[in-house]
Amino acid sequence: MAELRSLVTKVRSKNAGPFWLTIDIFCGSAESFARVRNGLSVAQIAAVFDADSQTVKRFDIENLHVVKFSLPRPAVQGAVNDRDMHGASWAALIGELDI
Amino acid sequence: MVKVLVPSGALGLNYDQEALQRGIAAGPDIIAIDGGSTDSGPSYLGRGVSKYARSSTKIEWAGLMKARAEAGVPLVIGTAGTCGADSAVDWMLDITREIAAEQGNPLRIAVLRSGQDPEAVASEWEANQITPLGNAPDIDAGTIRSCSNIVALAGAEQIAAALETGADIVIAGRTTDTAILAALPLMKGCHAGGAWHGAKIGECGALCATNPQSGVIMIDFDDAGFTVTPLADGAHASPHTVSAHMLYENSDPFILFEPGGHLDVTDAEYTSIDARSVRVTGSEWVPSDDYTVKLEGARAVGYRSVAIALLRDQHYVQNAPAWAEDIVAKCSAKVMDRMELSADAFTLELRLIGHSASFGKLEKRKADPVEIGVVAIITAPTEAQAGEIGKMLNPYLLHHPLTQEEEQPTFAFLFSPPEMAHGVVYEFAMNHVLHLADPMSAFRLEVIDIG
Repeated sequence: MAELRSLVTKVRSKNAGPFWLTIDIFCGSAESFARVRNGLSVAQIAAVFDADSQTVKRFDIENLHVVKFSLPRPAVQGAVNDRDMHGASWAALIGELDI
Repeated sequence: MVKVLVPSGALGLNYDQEALQRGIAAGPDIIAIDGGSTDSGPSYLGRGVSKYARSSTKIEWAGLMKARAEAGVPLVIGTAGTCGADSAVDWMLDITREIAAEQGNPLRIAVLRSGQDPEAVASEWEANQITPLGNAPDIDAGTIRSCSNIVALAGAEQIAAALETGADIVIAGRTTDTAILAALPLMKGCHAGGAWHGAKIGECGALCATNPQSGVIMIDFDDAGFTVTPLADGAHASPHTVSAHMLYENSDPFILFEPGGHLDVTDAEYTSIDARSVRVTGSEWVPSDDYTVKLEGARAVGYRSVAIALLRDQHYVQNAPAWAEDIVAKCSAKVMDRMELSADAFTLELRLIGHSASFGKLEKRKADPVEIGVVAIITAPTEAQAGEIGKMLNPYLLHHPLTQEEEQPTFAFLFSPPEMAHGVVYEFAMNHVLHLADPMSAFRLEVIDIG
């Protein structure tokens, strides 16, 4: 077991419009990409957000060594219950996942 | 071959003057810059205003107008004034007129307005001409009518119509990020997949390269694809930096929907052609029979007031969640009792900075902070009510004890008064597309000759 952030170059999260959040995990090498691709599940990502796994889209992009997830924003951007206008903080929580 | 010069990811973020001059010397066919997006939140669209300082915008725009005059090519801004609402377009037009008077050159300005009458949009809704996109909010015609601003995102067709007027400057309201870059290459018959893909790569300026804050890039479009070149000293693009930009703020890294079709970059090939430039081919544009434009709307949902307090006493730092929960329960009951507001008419929340303000219940880490910042966020139907709740909260934030047994504590307030009126709360109310028989029917084009 290791924290995801210790295995990869960068974890980024951003709004993809006001209603979606997208997470880009830049693994940095083929070895790290293989480990993240095999070790990190959609269910783990959904659990971080207390979201339904069915709503999470996953893209394994081998040539970039990137694993990407997109899901409905935990709160619509700027809504009364939103905590982060640009959605960038979530990367920290993803980076702390054990894989 | 069409050369599009992009000074930066947005007007207001500044650009590298030397790199811009290098771009002008290379003989661009157009200068295109984005003026905004939804990324700063619903307040800008709700109010129809820019997030950037007018003085910064004016200085940067004056520099681009001067560069445009030198190059003798059109200058285009999309999503003017952050949100692209008509009032933000008028603000940009006003700045442009001021600069034109100072620079003294005759100018033709084409103004493309994207603002929609909420009543007309509600009628389109009732006529089933509006369909939801993924995770769209549940709305009805009343939601649409309550929006203070609705904009439609123009595509390449509307920008092309503006350029066809022979305009020196195009000030466009809300457009897709890509439309202002893709329009001229498409008009000149460049490869359609390459035009849209290059536009997506270039829409954030040098974010597709190293040294992303340098801003300035040139994109050369041709009949098979495009080549992207950052122009600042020390900046270079690689197949990795360019292809990775398709990930950026995109829920799908291979498909990008635009008015009139979609871009598919699944088979795109990225090749370094020298130390700083990357060539891209193999991108595909898939036209659609159904011409749709995305709608964005924002509406007021109440007024907000905010108060801040600091906890430094270790006993309260360690027990902050229970303390906050007790305050919210007691103060909410008092609001309902004394102001006769129902529980669903207002919100009162205490976010604990240093504990869980970023993620609330989803936070996993536990640590022992030195101090905790308490941000109280209140929303209510009127400004007076939001302020009244702030005042009702004040004695709790100052003195609330964890138990009846302990001495009355006093916490730190940063200023007097501790509560601040934060104005109207807006929310994004639409994630939908409008079906159009004629791409221009939702947009208005005006030509203004100066001098």
